[in-house]
Amino acid sequence: MKIEILESGCVSCRSLEHNVREALAKSGIEAEVEVVEDLQRIMAYGVMRTPGLVVDGKVLSMGKNLTPDEIIGLLS
Amino acid sequence: MFDWWHRIVSHFVFETLGLSPESAAGSALDFFLYDTVKILTLLAVIIFLITFVRSYFPTEKVRDWLEGKHPLVGHVAAALFGIITPFCSCSAIPLFLGFIQARIPLGVTFSYLISAPMNNEIAIAMLFSLFGWKITALYIGFGLLVAIVAGIIIGKLDLEDEILIKPPETPPPHLEEIKIPVKERLEEAWGYTLDLLKKVGLYVLAGVGIGAFIHGYVPSDLIVRYAGGDAWYAVPLATILGVPMYSNAAGVMPLIEVLTQKGMLMGTALSFMMAITALSLPEAMILKKILSTKLIAIFFGTVALGIMIIGFIFNAILR
Repeated sequence: MKIEILESGCVSCRSLEHNVREALAKSGIEAEVEVVEDLQRIMAYGVMRTPGLVVDGKVLSMGKNLTPDEIIGLLS
Repeated sequence: MFDWWHRIVSHFVFETLGLSPESAAGSALDFFLYDTVKILTLLAVIIFLITFVRSYFPTEKVRDWLEGKHPLVGHVAAALFGIITPFCSCSAIPLFLGFIQARIPLGVTFSYLISAPMNNEIAIAMLFSLFGWKITALYIGFGLLVAIVAGIIIGKLDLEDEILIKPPETPPPHLEEIKIPVKERLEEAWGYTLDLLKKVGLYVLAGVGIGAFIHGYVPSDLIVRYAGGDAWYAVPLATILGVPMYSNAAGVMPLIEVLTQKGMLMGTALSFMMAITALSLPEAMILKKILSTKLIAIFFGTVALGIMIIGFIFNAILR
């Protein structure tokens, strides 16, 4: 599984990355995590609210700082 | 709506504590207790309602709707959407590029970018609780007018080359709508409201506290002499003073309420409040990453001019 976190440098973006890693550790789900700050790539997903959560190329959440439990819910 | 609360407060201050309604301390304390509870209650209710409703209007939906519309329809619709959609200055860049990527004209994009922060939920909630629905409606109405006209002007100036980063050539994909049950939306809106109240609560208390002090201790003629009245520079000065105050809108607005009660003209107050929300330095700093200084200067200049014209017109009519 590949998880991309789209961010544009705001505070809640960074805490989403933190929560994603916490969710993975908590649930034991294996995934590759990448933080995407390249605007061109963010735009290519059509995302306009950061932070965005993309799993295997599919946009699952935008503009929201999800909690670890919410992230586990989305991943499974 | 809050008459009953005012009776309780007045009873406490004037009967239980025995302060005289004519004394500065009594009048200041009465004002502070009454205003803080009223404002915080209304803030919670209004922010909750706005947050819940706007969960149905994500920015991506607005973008898809604006795509390919006639420019004039676009300006009006973009400004209107600015009221209801969420806006956070840290998302200003992806938002701006997303609109341009969808071939929405630059001027229409600016109509949205001007209206969204101006009509943010805190400003609307504060205005409503301090000044009532009439002034809130005037603020929103004239805010829309500024957003539409400034957007049209910027659109006419052929400034497309002033965008420093080009979005991808391919139009943005139309995202599948993420389905969220109503219960979850309500919970989310409530969580957001609490977060926001925690963030602005202290500013509100400080603002009302200083306001209460002015209310009780500072004589009206002093304010009329310096902040009010007929001086031609009152409106431009208020507009300029508003620029660095964006993050403190919740704290500054209670002060403006007291200043208007003490003689500041309503047009000057409107200009001040619009400048606080529409002209924000942090937003300009963020936009500098993707827009040339020239374009940002034109954006700020046009909006500031519009805000001042509204202030002058108001002061001329409402006297």
